Amino acid sequence: MSLILSEEQAMLRDTAQSFLAENAPVAHLRELRDRHDADGFSRSLWATFAELGFTGILAPEAHGGLGLGHVEAGVVMEQIGRNLTPSPFLSSALLTVTALVRGADEARQAEWLPKIISGELIGALAVDEGPKHRPPAVSLRAERAGTGFRLNGVKSFVVDGHVADLLVVAARTGGAPVDQAGLTLFVVDAKAPGLTVERTVMVDSHNAARLRLENVTVDADAVLGQADGGWTLLEGVLNVGRAAVASELVGVADEVFGRTLSYLRERKQFGRAIGEFQALQHRAAHLYTEIEIAKAAVINSLQTLDESFEGAAAAVSVAKAKAGSVASLAVQEAVQMHGGMGMTDEYDIGLYMKRDRVLNELFGDPNYHADKLARLKGY
Amino acid sequence: MSDLQAFRHETRAWLEANCPAEMREPVRSEGDVCWGGRRWTFQSQAQRQWLERMAEAGWTAPEWPRAYGGGGLSREEAKVLRAEMAKLGCRSPLNSFGIWMLGPALLRYGTEDQKRAYLPPIVRGEIRWCQGYSEPNAGSDLASLQTRAEDRGDHWLVNGQKIWTSYADQADWIFCLVRTDPAAPKHLGISFILFDMESPGVSTRPINLISGKSPFCETFFDNVQVPKSNLVGELNRGWDVAKYLLTHEREMISGMGNLEGSPSIGALATRTLGLEGGFLADPMLRGQIAAFDVDAIAFRLAMERTGDMAKARQAHPAASSMLKYYGAELNKRRFELLMAAGGADALEWEGERSRDGDLARSWLRTKANSIEGGTSEIQLNIVAKRILELPGG
Ligand SMILES: Cc1cc2nc3c(=O)[nH]c(=O)nc-3n(C[C@H](O)[C@H](O)[C@H](O)COP(=O)(O)OP(=O)(O)OC[C@H]3O[C@@H](n4cnc5c(N)ncnc54)[C@H](O)[C@@H]3O)c2cc1C
Repeated sequence: MSLILSEEQAMLRDTAQSFLAENAPVAHLRELRDRHDADGFSRSLWATFAELGFTGILAPEAHGGLGLGHVEAGVVMEQIGRNLTPSPFLSSALLTVTALVRGADEARQAEWLPKIISGELIGALAVDEGPKHRPPAVSLRAERAGTGFRLNGVKSFVVDGHVADLLVVAARTGGAPVDQAGLTLFVVDAKAPGLTVERTVMVDSHNAARLRLENVTVDADAVLGQADGGWTLLEGVLNVGRAAVASELVGVADEVFGRTLSYLRERKQFGRAIGEFQALQHRAAHLYTEIEIAKAAVINSLQTLDESFEGAAAAVSVAKAKAGSVASLAVQEAVQMHGGMGMTDEYDIGLYMKRDRVLNELFGDPNYHADKLARLKGY
Repeated sequence: MSDLQAFRHETRAWLEANCPAEMREPVRSEGDVCWGGRRWTFQSQAQRQWLERMAEAGWTAPEWPRAYGGGGLSREEAKVLRAEMAKLGCRSPLNSFGIWMLGPALLRYGTEDQKRAYLPPIVRGEIRWCQGYSEPNAGSDLASLQTRAEDRGDHWLVNGQKIWTSYADQADWIFCLVRTDPAAPKHLGISFILFDMESPGVSTRPINLISGKSPFCETFFDNVQVPKSNLVGELNRGWDVAKYLLTHEREMISGMGNLEGSPSIGALATRTLGLEGGFLADPMLRGQIAAFDVDAIAFRLAMERTGDMAKARQAHPAASSMLKYYGAELNKRRFELLMAAGGADALEWEGERSRDGDLARSWLRTKANSIEGGTSEIQLNIVAKRILELPGG
């Protein structure tokens, strides 16, 4: 396996690149932000995502998807990162589709997938309950009630939860609040009685939600995968999310670095381009090296998910940790090397810094994933 | 079964049959490494056998053409060979500047006669080479070198001094940068020549390193006569050859940042500190080791990716500078952490228990990684200018 894109994958990248640069550049995010858009993303843009097939990138062809792999999903995520494009691509097309494809029977897949692929339904994943990512720490309870379940508890940082029609909710059906055993994933209708959704506008002008579930009832067939045995499914879904977010982080880092390089060539002080100063040259060269290394870790994680989904945990953690710390370095260096300009709202650099912070926090920051790697290595 | 899978099976079977058990044990110190050469004394019969068998197959230089003694393998096949060797824990049969540095330069710039004369003995580990680049006043600014080679009709007459010449006192031949046109601008008066270290007028004086070892020397040339045919590439265009060779040297050094076959910091710390509740008893050190492991794994992937890109003609020619920079810094960081993990045990300098201070000496040796082959600062200059195309002289 070679750690570069195949010809088809490179073509997909070019399609996504020109489509997003044209239809959803950073100005698009600004516009949504400045008019306090009710959804925080563009529904007509999302319809075009569906027309291009992006919404079905991971869904099987039998259900109308493209049946492509994680490398292809990552290719699109990277372009989203470059343009800071707000869309439910991660939540709906990657996380929800993965949960359904790996956790729902054929009949339920046939019910939901075509609607997700057409863009008619938006899905989101509800896992975390506290401010830091800690997936086994689920307190939201699901108790048996009649033939189904009754759910009570809260969720936070549910990305795109404010616009979701369908929620994949991690709940506790057994065990203690930090056990991996006793977890179950449920599909919950966002309009179910007892469910309240509070939109949380985040620092990066993207959106998430806090959920409160009070005696929300679901049927037995709302269970994805095994009741009490949802951990493996959840980790699989999360690993797809982590590798995808790592791809987006690489897009953020590479784009912000490119803009910084241009600035180093243009901006003059002391009668010469600031890019002539060796102090800045060395920092730029170091950053370039780090970004190249992060790219290798990320494409490897995506390929590993395609080749051995269950065995991808270490590769994914390396990618998320590396891409996260490198992107943070990239945005910080970018602001510094832009001087006062980097601090202005008018200039885009700050928007990249904000997005980086959110993506770093999402599904485990570099500390979380370095710790996970150490656990996998037994120390 | 694909051809590559078939190759993998054959290779594994061949390695299992031919790699002596002793040569599958981890390299524990410098002494376990085979460098070959006229004066080499094999550490064991197994070391000799392993070299001879691998050389016979051309697998000491797997990707060189068979015509010059190499293995004639494709990049994919060579990857498979390395992977299978790693799986069985096979030691490298031969460490060689000839393979890592001179060979690639000869394959690109040498004449057919030169390739046939010099490459096969390199593959077989019969001739050991050293690198005569640096001089007392030409380090980072290598092109200001002063060692002279005068045209005396049927030979070159070489006079001058080199420094930091690794293993000059043990090498059989030297590849050497000399000034052949003192009047030309500094990059345009340099030539690349080869000569026997036993030639009259060559002498070496070992220099002690902070590690207590003396792997390198001052090297003096006093009226050394070198045949005219020993010029590689064009007269006064030796700088091109020198730079090309440096990219290979940098790849070799960046390989030191590669994890394979090197001691695991986590495992060492587990021995010295123990686990508490399943985790290393020192949580701060544990965090540093984990962050290092993330970087080290990602770096290994970046080396692989750069190779894949080079094959697909997508890599920048100066990518070796990026890898050299990061690999060198990473290896230094690894040994800082190994020393921290080893604690007082790692400080012993003499005696059997520490194998004569092997870890401490290796730690000190790694400090040279960011100096040899061009310093980290020089690599960053190259990345900034050639890859990022930042302005300025
Ligand atoms: C263990 C070891 C083995 C070696 N083996 C060999 C060998 O086999 N053959 C051989 O020919 N040479 C060998 N070398 C020499 C090595 O290539 C040189 O040491 C190296 O190129 C640096 O040169 P210098 O030591 O003169 O340092 P200097 O060039 O004097 O550098 C001193 C400091 O100044 C910095 N500096 C210099 N120029 C710049 C600049 N433009 N911008 C920013 N910073 C700068 C350097 O980065 C360094 O930190 C070896 C060195 C070591 C340590």
